[in-house]
Amino acid sequence: MSTWPILSLLVFLPVAGIAFLALTGRSGAENDRNARDVTLWTSLANLALAIVLAARFDPGKDGFQFVEHAAWLPELGVAYHVGVDGISVLFILLTALLVPICIVASWTTVVERVRSWMVAFLAMEALMIGVFVARDALLFYVFFEAILIPMFLIIGIWGGERRVHAAFKFVLYTLAGSVLFLIAILTLASLAGSTDMDRLEHTPIAVDAQRWIWIAMFASFAVKVPMWPLHTWLPDAHVQAPTAGSVILAGVLLKLGGYGFIRFSLPMLPAASAEFMPLVYVLSAVAILYTSLVALMQRDMKRLIAYSSVAHMGVVTLGLFTASARAISGAIVQMLSHGLVSAALFLVVGVVYDRRHSREIADYGGLVHSMPRYAGLFMLFALAAVGLPATSGFVGEFLVIVGVFPVSAVFAACAAAGMVLSAAYMLWLYRRVVFGGVPAGPPLPDLDRRETGMFLPLAILVLWLGIQPDFVFRLVEGPSAELAARLLAAQTGGGV
Amino acid sequence: MELAPALLGALPELLLALGATVLTMVGPFVVDQRRAWLTRAALLTLAGALALVPTPPDGLIFGGLFVVDGFGKFMKILVLGATAWTLLIAEEGRQSASMRAFEYPVLVLFSALGMLATVSANNLMSLYLGLEMMSIPLYVLTALKRESRHAGEAGIKYFVLGALASALLLYGCALLYGFTGTTDFNALAVALPDAPPLGAAAGLVFLVAGIAFKLSAAPFHMWTPDVYEGAPTPVTAFLAAAPKVAAGALMLRVLFGPLIGLADVWMPAIAVLAVLSMTVGAFGALRQTGLKRLLAYGTIGHSGYIFVGIAAGTPEGIHGACVYLAIYAVMTIGAFACLLAMHRSHQPFEQVEHLAGIGRHRPMFALAFSALLLSMAGLPPLAGFLAKLYVFRAAVEADLFWLAVVGVLASVVAAAYYFRVVYVMYFADGDEDFEHMPGRRVTWTVTATALTALLFLFVAPVVVEAAARAAGTLGL
Repeated sequence: MSTWPILSLLVFLPVAGIAFLALTGRSGAENDRNARDVTLWTSLANLALAIVLAARFDPGKDGFQFVEHAAWLPELGVAYHVGVDGISVLFILLTALLVPICIVASWTTVVERVRSWMVAFLAMEALMIGVFVARDALLFYVFFEAILIPMFLIIGIWGGERRVHAAFKFVLYTLAGSVLFLIAILTLASLAGSTDMDRLEHTPIAVDAQRWIWIAMFASFAVKVPMWPLHTWLPDAHVQAPTAGSVILAGVLLKLGGYGFIRFSLPMLPAASAEFMPLVYVLSAVAILYTSLVALMQRDMKRLIAYSSVAHMGVVTLGLFTASARAISGAIVQMLSHGLVSAALFLVVGVVYDRRHSREIADYGGLVHSMPRYAGLFMLFALAAVGLPATSGFVGEFLVIVGVFPVSAVFAACAAAGMVLSAAYMLWLYRRVVFGGVPAGPPLPDLDRRETGMFLPLAILVLWLGIQPDFVFRLVEGPSAELAARLLAAQTGGGV
Repeated sequence: MELAPALLGALPELLLALGATVLTMVGPFVVDQRRAWLTRAALLTLAGALALVPTPPDGLIFGGLFVVDGFGKFMKILVLGATAWTLLIAEEGRQSASMRAFEYPVLVLFSALGMLATVSANNLMSLYLGLEMMSIPLYVLTALKRESRHAGEAGIKYFVLGALASALLLYGCALLYGFTGTTDFNALAVALPDAPPLGAAAGLVFLVAGIAFKLSAAPFHMWTPDVYEGAPTPVTAFLAAAPKVAAGALMLRVLFGPLIGLADVWMPAIAVLAVLSMTVGAFGALRQTGLKRLLAYGTIGHSGYIFVGIAAGTPEGIHGACVYLAIYAVMTIGAFACLLAMHRSHQPFEQVEHLAGIGRHRPMFALAFSALLLSMAGLPPLAGFLAKLYVFRAAVEADLFWLAVVGVLASVVAAAYYFRVVYVMYFADGDEDFEHMPGRRVTWTVTATALTALLFLFVAPVVVEAAARAAGTLGL
């Protein structure tokens, strides 16, 4: 295996892009175009690196690969320690794919302060990949929390009319959750003498301590996921964020909560996770049913998709906390699929928003006449959100339901009901926007080449994941089986 | 006791005393046009003292009045560095005639001398002398701008409340002396456990209250917003940085030295001070419209976080407080340098709302100021995060979970107002008449401190290590 630090490169290549933008930029149209080019090529280079990483990753091996380790704050037991397993590889791919798509999506729509926008996106990319590669709890926290700053600016500077409210709500909700996570990390560090995640996973912790640490972590991850009833920041943030901001928020940021459960709560605190399983189950079920119903009532397209995100993430948390390798892999696949599908749906809304500057469902209708290509792609993503077989949405939800069923038929039924409800709100949305009467005003032009270009990779992946998910399963099988085994051992009283 | 080694041990202090005295005598004869030379001479003196700090051997000198140790040296470097740096940028902020008076650098030097003496005090007498020598020049500096009524008001307020605090402190010293018969720290540490508990506790409370006043910890914080606002900005910058480090160092030395035997008494008391300061700082700042008042409440909050480390009562706690003081000093200097740099239509301004539009018209400046503010808020990956990390870690390891939780929640509230300033800079629309820095030194300071805030994680091991070594030498 090669020795060059591919993971550090993935994290620091966007930083190099930022440095380049910061040092070279002046204002002016010429420079705006250069900034777009630089950012696009930087993020594409990062995508290429991510693909190289995935190709070289050996799913047959246990444990973490491409590990880099350097002393940092030895006295606290903190080190610069990065490494990837199959799960991280998939999320790195997702991040590296969505960032260039965001850049393309904002190519003509973001015209103010272009350079700052590009800097914010590259910063987001570096930090998100940092979260997925970190193998040290404190390093993880630094990346995890630092994401707030660029996201605050993205919503606040380029957002809609109530952007300030949304930006503050987003920051304060997430911050309040994550500071408790910091306390949890410090507590773990004082118990284990190190913040190294490999070591923390193998440190037995008394059940009583596990409970408190679990709650502190849950506060942070549940806000990020977001789980009902901590989800209220999400619709506001989504509605006010610019299209690309929504894409990255739905596509990657929401996955950080689930990823946190995978990396911290489940492996380090299996006993507490098993104990709190009913709580997670109930909250997930409420999220699935309640927010689906709320989504039905929305008049604003982005708000509808935001609520549907909460419902879909409910399926994810349901699966994650089930002691079955099948359910856990299903949850991970569902996270990936949701990353692709919800990102695509926000782009779908963004396309018509750019044309008519309205997010109201009532302002649209009959788009199929003037925008046939658009209608086709929208159909594909809407069906993927519903979970139609042969799309990525089906694989994850199905596995979660199958995995949960032996544990509790009731909750499996809730998840299944969620699929039915999602069909209701998505297809109704589709009917009202794409079919029906054409409202007054000039007909909207169909997708141009730039727009088609940003949808195509998503569409291909959604279908590929739905028809041939082998590639993904090879990567997640090992880690999910291990998580399930830990959880099962804790449930059956096997201790920590 | 031989005099020569004693004098050698106090070399930085002696140099400062000499420099201050000479400048006092020369000052009145220097014509206005050459006043800048006085500042240069003062800076040179400070630099010389800074260079001399590491040289003396550790030990007790002047018959046990004065202690030289690694902890003191660390704090002296911070104090002298902060003093020199604020004097350097003050040069460009002192526009009016009264502010250009020759007394300015002289007073700063005397105050710095007092701070050094405070940091090295090993006796209640030298503690009081040092603290007063530090404070009295500060009162004068606050009121130096004679034509400003605000400055005069601030000076009087500061002086009256400061005198009250000194009286409390002195009363505490007297009680401790009365119950133990000694003022020497080493002897106190031995005698206190046998002293009547109530008397010793009363002495402790008054002593701590006096020092907490200097640190502007709640509930002794009332003067801070008014003085910060009223004093001329260069003075506020000085006031906010170096004296806080000295007072923090003194607090650590007293609590972990002579009073360590009463740790059971002071640990909960310090924890209460910490909670009060953090909450008052966080909630008080929410409604402020003036930047200096906002930073004043920030200071109150910061002293609360320092107390979180102290309340742990462990070596980790001392370490955390040392790291916090170092980072706090740099961030404060940076924030005040930003304040000095901001002008609209040739007028300096201090209102948050006047920052509107800077993000668009001065992106680099806005970025620097945001980095400093968010660093104070404690957001990773900025410098302030590490400061908070170490004090919270100390609290968690000392099983003070509740204190750590209160602390992080207060920091969320605090983040709200720091984010509010960032929001005004970036989201609000404003005119373009925002002008650039008055001088190169301020620009340089803003750049350097902002880079420190942004890239601190890369250099953190060095600072953390130095603080650890310093903390290790504290104690009797």
